[in-house]
Amino acid sequence: MLKKILMSGNEALAEGAIQAGCSFYAGYPITPQNEIPAYMARRMPEAKGVFIQAESELAAINMVFGASAAGVRAMTSSSSPGISLKQEGISYLAGAQLPCVVVNMMRGGPGLGNIAPAQSDYFQATRGGGHGDYHCIVLAPAYVQEAYDLMFKAFDLADNYWMPVIILGDGCLGQMMEPVLTQNAKRKTKNAKKPWALTGCKDRIPNVVKSFYLREGDLERFNLLLQNKYRQVQQKEQLYEGAFLDDAKIILIAYGTMARVAKSVVDRLRQKGKKIGLIRPISLWPFPKKAFTQYTRRNTQYLVIEMSYGQMLEDVELAVNGKAPVEFLGRSGGGIPTEKEIMDKIKKISG
Amino acid sequence: MKQIFTHPKSLRKISTHYCPGCGHGIAHRLISEVVDELKIREKVVGVAPVGCAVVAYDYWDFDCCEAAHGRALAVATGIKRSRPDIVVFTYQGDGDLAAIGTNETLHAANRGENLTVIFINNAVYGMTGGQMAPTTLLGQKTATTPLGRDSKLQGYPLRISEILAQLPAVRYIERVALSSPKEVLKARGAIKEAFQNQIDHLGFSLVEILSPCPTYWGLSPKAAMDWIRDVMVKEFPLGRIK
Repeated sequence: MLKKILMSGNEALAEGAIQAGCSFYAGYPITPQNEIPAYMARRMPEAKGVFIQAESELAAINMVFGASAAGVRAMTSSSSPGISLKQEGISYLAGAQLPCVVVNMMRGGPGLGNIAPAQSDYFQATRGGGHGDYHCIVLAPAYVQEAYDLMFKAFDLADNYWMPVIILGDGCLGQMMEPVLTQNAKRKTKNAKKPWALTGCKDRIPNVVKSFYLREGDLERFNLLLQNKYRQVQQKEQLYEGAFLDDAKIILIAYGTMARVAKSVVDRLRQKGKKIGLIRPISLWPFPKKAFTQYTRRNTQYLVIEMSYGQMLEDVELAVNGKAPVEFLGRSGGGIPTEKEIMDKIKKISG
Repeated sequence: MKQIFTHPKSLRKISTHYCPGCGHGIAHRLISEVVDELKIREKVVGVAPVGCAVVAYDYWDFDCCEAAHGRALAVATGIKRSRPDIVVFTYQGDGDLAAIGTNETLHAANRGENLTVIFINNAVYGMTGGQMAPTTLLGQKTATTPLGRDSKLQGYPLRISEILAQLPAVRYIERVALSSPKEVLKARGAIKEAFQNQIDHLGFSLVEILSPCPTYWGLSPKAAMDWIRDVMVKEFPLGRIK
């Protein structure tokens, strides 16, 4: 049964997680994501799950580590400064090949920054973020409905590949309310096998969940195994939304909240007959390189728009590989490029 | 003939990497004996720390989880809350439990998590080369207190067990030592009580074990045992704290 409910992005992420079978949440207060722990505190007991307000971000991510090691679907959420604190735990989760979902509703940085929407944690999210050679899958919703829907995908990907998945949103998406079509509570998500889960060693040899490989050669072998997994993810899990790409001469690239502004510009200029399109990456890692292979033609011009200073830009440049000019427009620290600023930039680059 | 002594089923028959005279081997064995006696081998999960005992899971023959340095009680909380039927214990050194992990320790105890904590206090960081621990005694020489711990510069030995005992949600705290066969037997009894409390859903239980580190105390194994008895217990008195 589908139900239509008016929800904020934060609430949609929380409800989506519960409907996706998440039964463990630990978090620590930080703006602008406080609606998530508040929602979980109320809903988790109803859903027979666990809610813990942890004493710190370090504790929260390590509680998630424990819950995940015990075999249940577990998540935490925070915003930029808090996500920095979680990096230790995320590295250990990656190193122990444990699935989990981490929501980052980004705010302005660096340091304490401010509580305005921003996208400046792109590098941190897509490059690993903590110590070691690892990646997290990173999904970036642009709409409240998509925030809800992507939680199902996030938990499935985490379980299928045994790795952390980051939902990268921002304060704007978190606070904004939009109608959401919710799935029936009985919706089943794929139940991946977790033979390593710590359930007590009845009728099997004992399991050990760890990320420590001291003997010579062991860690390198383990890292090769991780790299092989990451290659599979890069091949199979690229996600993006395209608009008007078949004949576009100027292609905007933006994700999350920024993509909504970019989409308005594209719609507006299309009405005026301008050949303009949009690539909206939904998976930021793996970055949807295939879109650029497919749509880069002679005369294609790209314009990357971010609420940060040229972070996704690097991935676009790598994907385009010098075959087309790549321009950039970005603001950060609370500034969001406006439709007018984007249109002025387009005018400038298209001559 | 009645067999009164045997190798615990929960302890693998392999030699450990610990230094001669180290207390970890004894503590591992005591836990294994208790796990066998309480018949919980198939429903226990041990959480290993970062420190000398990081590979404790190589020696215990039951499910184990490794935790980041200081985070054992957060990891244990996640396991226990997700699977309340599993008996979860952490095994942590003084640096892990009372320095980098003090916050996790204090709050797990304050929430009254139904967990068992085995706290190995040997007054020194062993794995990293004998640096000062929060429990290092005044005057004790370590790699980072070459002239001995000075209260004016490094403060005092941290009696974390006494601090935790003040929390209303804490069920049981006892300090024991491995300094003689008699004390080892008492330690075994305390460990058993701490596990039994969890099985009976009574809440947070912690056993602090004064354990020898001959290597970084610069003593022979025998002299290290004597040092616990003659010196260490003056700072860390034995017995039930709560």
